[in-house]
Amino acid sequence: MIKQIQLLFSVGLALNLMMIAPLAAISVGDSLPACALTSLDGSHEHNLQALRGKVIYVDFWASWCPPCVKSFPFLNQLENDLKNQGLQVVAINLDEELADAQIFLDKYPADFAIALDPDKQCAQDFGVIAMPSSYLIDRKGVVRHVHHGFRSGDVSALRLVIESVLGEPL
Amino acid sequence: MNHKYVLNLITVFLLITNIGLSGCAHVAPWERGVLAKPQMAVDPLPMQSVTRAHNYGSREAAASTHSAGGGGGCGCF
Repeated sequence: MIKQIQLLFSVGLALNLMMIAPLAAISVGDSLPACALTSLDGSHEHNLQALRGKVIYVDFWASWCPPCVKSFPFLNQLENDLKNQGLQVVAINLDEELADAQIFLDKYPADFAIALDPDKQCAQDFGVIAMPSSYLIDRKGVVRHVHHGFRSGDVSALRLVIESVLGEPL
Repeated sequence: MNHKYVLNLITVFLLITNIGLSGCAHVAPWERGVLAKPQMAVDPLPMQSVTRAHNYGSREAAASTHSAGGGGGCGCF
């Protein structure tokens, strides 16, 4: 009887430990996961795969995240400077309350595309572990750079990587 | 008899550990919106805490890490 109870507890322990294990994250060289996204008002459905042929800068953000505030001017600059060269900035909001995102966007206007990930499947597929997390995807749909967090000092290095990937032929 | 007692003890220990562990969960970054609110911080009012500690230190007899000079109860900063 006691042996059975102990076995039960060991199994329970193992299951509990599995619960707290982190998600598998995407890394450089992996291909772009299929992501079903909606627009801010929830009307249109988008798929990241449909953007193949463009260099995509995917940025996961939330209204409560202070570094996201810092990253928005950088993303605006990317959109304005490099859009003509084939860069598509997609900022995916991960707020639990859509109203929070709206207030944030009123305060910090965005020139780039904002998408929603209502069931957070996209964030799970990417294995987002930090806020903000950004992923640079080349024209073939391969992840080329992963960046967690955002500091103003990251700008020049990030820009260099993006420009070099943009310069590659299809 | 003693052997059984030890086994029971282990069982109870495992039970408690397991119940405790079930409280652990992986909180995804996108689920931290509420946790990120200022009132959820360990010290929600850091400025107020520092001022209070400073006042307390300077009004008690001994110097503390929060008061500029020695203590003495005069309330001097």
